[in-house]
Amino acid sequence: MRLAALLAALPVALLAAPALAHKPSDSYLALRIDGPRIEGQWDIALRDLDFAVGLDANADGEITWGELRAHHADVAAYALSRLTLRSGTAPCAARAIGHLVDHHSDGAYAVLRFVAECPEAVSDLEIDYALLFDVDPQHRGLLRLADQAATRTAIFSPERSRQRFERAEASRLRQFLDFANEGIWHIWIGFDHVLFLLSLLLPAVLVRKDGRWEAVDAFGPAFWDVFKIVTAFTVAHSITLSLATLGVVSLPSRLVESAIAASVVAAALNNLRPVVRGRRWVVAFLFGLVHGFGFAGVLMGLGLPQGALVLALVGFNLGVEIGQLALVAAFLPSAFLFRETTFYRRVLVVGGSAAIVVIAALWMVERSLDVKLVAAAAVPYTG
Amino acid sequence: MTPIRRLLSRRAVAAAGALLFGPAAAAVPYIPKDDAVVLERLPIKPGDSIGRELRELRARLASQPDDLDAAVSLGRRYFRLAMAEGDPRFVGYAEAALRPWSGKDPPHDVLVLRALLRQYRHDFAGALDDLAAAAASDATDPEVWLWRAAILLVQADYAGAASACERLRETSQTLDWIGCKASVDGVTGKAKSAYAQLSESLARTRGVRAGPKVWMLTRLAEFSLVLGEPDRAERHFKEALALGVNDQFLLATYADFLLERGRPADVVALLGGWTNADALLLRLTLAEQATRAPALDGHVRTLKARFDAAALRGDKLHQQEEARFYLHVLGDRTRALALARENWALQREPRDARILLEAALAANDPAAAQPALEWLARSGYEDPRLRRLAAQLEAARR
Repeated sequence: MRLAALLAALPVALLAAPALAHKPSDSYLALRIDGPRIEGQWDIALRDLDFAVGLDANADGEITWGELRAHHADVAAYALSRLTLRSGTAPCAARAIGHLVDHHSDGAYAVLRFVAECPEAVSDLEIDYALLFDVDPQHRGLLRLADQAATRTAIFSPERSRQRFERAEASRLRQFLDFANEGIWHIWIGFDHVLFLLSLLLPAVLVRKDGRWEAVDAFGPAFWDVFKIVTAFTVAHSITLSLATLGVVSLPSRLVESAIAASVVAAALNNLRPVVRGRRWVVAFLFGLVHGFGFAGVLMGLGLPQGALVLALVGFNLGVEIGQLALVAAFLPSAFLFRETTFYRRVLVVGGSAAIVVIAALWMVERSLDVKLVAAAAVPYTG
Repeated sequence: MTPIRRLLSRRAVAAAGALLFGPAAAAVPYIPKDDAVVLERLPIKPGDSIGRELRELRARLASQPDDLDAAVSLGRRYFRLAMAEGDPRFVGYAEAALRPWSGKDPPHDVLVLRALLRQYRHDFAGALDDLAAAAASDATDPEVWLWRAAILLVQADYAGAASACERLRETSQTLDWIGCKASVDGVTGKAKSAYAQLSESLARTRGVRAGPKVWMLTRLAEFSLVLGEPDRAERHFKEALALGVNDQFLLATYADFLLERGRPADVVALLGGWTNADALLLRLTLAEQATRAPALDGHVRTLKARFDAAALRGDKLHQQEEARFYLHVLGDRTRALALARENWALQREPRDARILLEAALAANDPAAAQPALEWLARSGYEDPRLRRLAAQLEAARR
């Protein structure tokens, strides 16, 4: 009878055999998305590759580096034919770029490095994984997918051999907030924008009478004046920021930087010897166009996420507006409060504007001639 | 301070330190310097008789994938290899051979083999379903009842296991039936009669092969321990070892016995060559911890890497061993208790109860041990070591 065979099997069952087991078959697939390009590193156990494509050429039960090296083309062809990457529905062709070796807790692995090129920046990635499933249904593919912001992991099995990875909403929100933050930060460190805006805002609580500045009577007109200036500046720089970021218009940065410095000089000069009086919002609009190109320079310097261009643009712009509004919110009430003082009218408006003219004029020379004149210029102009 | 706590405070710190400050487990990919460098040794040499046998069976199956006889033969061969080598890849290969019958109503032989493969992966429900279907097609196949009993034992369904054993009475020889019955009796407060019946039946049966004999002697040793007879247990262990069969079940059980008796040096001598099997490596590591052996740090890191790799894959097959590792080697009581509880949900053998009791005691969380305490009361399992742990937990509760 089959007594011997039966009882030989029993103890293993009673012990719960897998507790004694080696590691089952796993592969380690690491993917990094970079625009339309996907970089991959795939660690596949030599034992598995031997079972699937045969590495042990001399059949001595040992796999040498020489034997593996001789099969590199087979390994790449075998592995990459069992991995399909799609961006949306478009396939991304993969090719091997390197072969190495590594050791995991259960033995030696072939390390296949590859790149896959997608037709456009990867938005949603679909992965079809079919390595070894035909010969070992217990095989698992362990994925690490690195995105700009986050790294995700997933497990491929015969039951879950196709999986789709959307660029996570959370990471998009974070990207958006990151860009907004950059926008705010840029306003705070971008003295030229601040000085330009201040130059336009300083006289908002005053009126020009007989060649002298006098205080306005009520808050209302001052507020509307500021509102018009800020809105005009915002609309104007948003237009050029968008056009430049989307690649519709492009200007040399040196020209843009110099023009921005010039705009500051002009705005401050207008306070000393007014040319434009009631319609300073028009000045804000016209020069705002120039500042928009400057913002675009900063934004592009941050490295634009392909496939999330609009998100970056809106986020950054929103940040700029938030920074700008904070400045206005701090300025307007105190300016209105002190508008009747000689200090405000003489020292701040006249003296301040004069100082701004000097600083901005130096910037203008520096930027147009590409030289450094003053310590203030050590704050690099970044937009 | 309980003995476990003392153990934790002294040695675990050193082991955890080794893990933190040792070289990183994952190296950087590299290009070997020389073509002659051997990267991997295959478990089966292509030229060996097993290698040839497998190649022939695979070739037969490749030309005729729905050849039932070839598929079951190859699957059985791989399953035996998985058992002998402790290598789960062979289970996967066996499953692949059965793929043509993955649809409805597979033949009897496929159902039985699939049940074995499923229980190997701890899919006990799936395995029992397959065995039930196999019994419906042929109730006289003793293997169905033997495996059903084995699975129900792991799940602590003793009534179910006993009735499955009874089916062996009609379908197989006496020693099969006695062996099955003794396995149930041994954990349900009848260790004395289990020992008597099995030793008597073994003595009476002629021509028992070494493999089954090793198993029976190991069981006799276990029953002796439950009955508080360590010297008799050791005689059985040594008798079994003398048969010269490499049996991981025997080695693991004997190593546990030696560790308990405070003989770690004997464990190092016994298991020195068994670093590939996780369960044996765990016992070896515990012994090295006690003897402060130089290999300790490396083995701690290897075990940690293997458990981490299993977790990455989503496997929950090693939790009993992993809980022991976290409790006794790393001294992470919280993690150990969590693992022991999860393990208990799946497996309820005496050793599963024991690690749950130990972990709950170490974590000073007697309530967590409740399921194991209930099992101990319900089963009537007599083991004095578990009874002692239960008493300590009762004391801690008060």
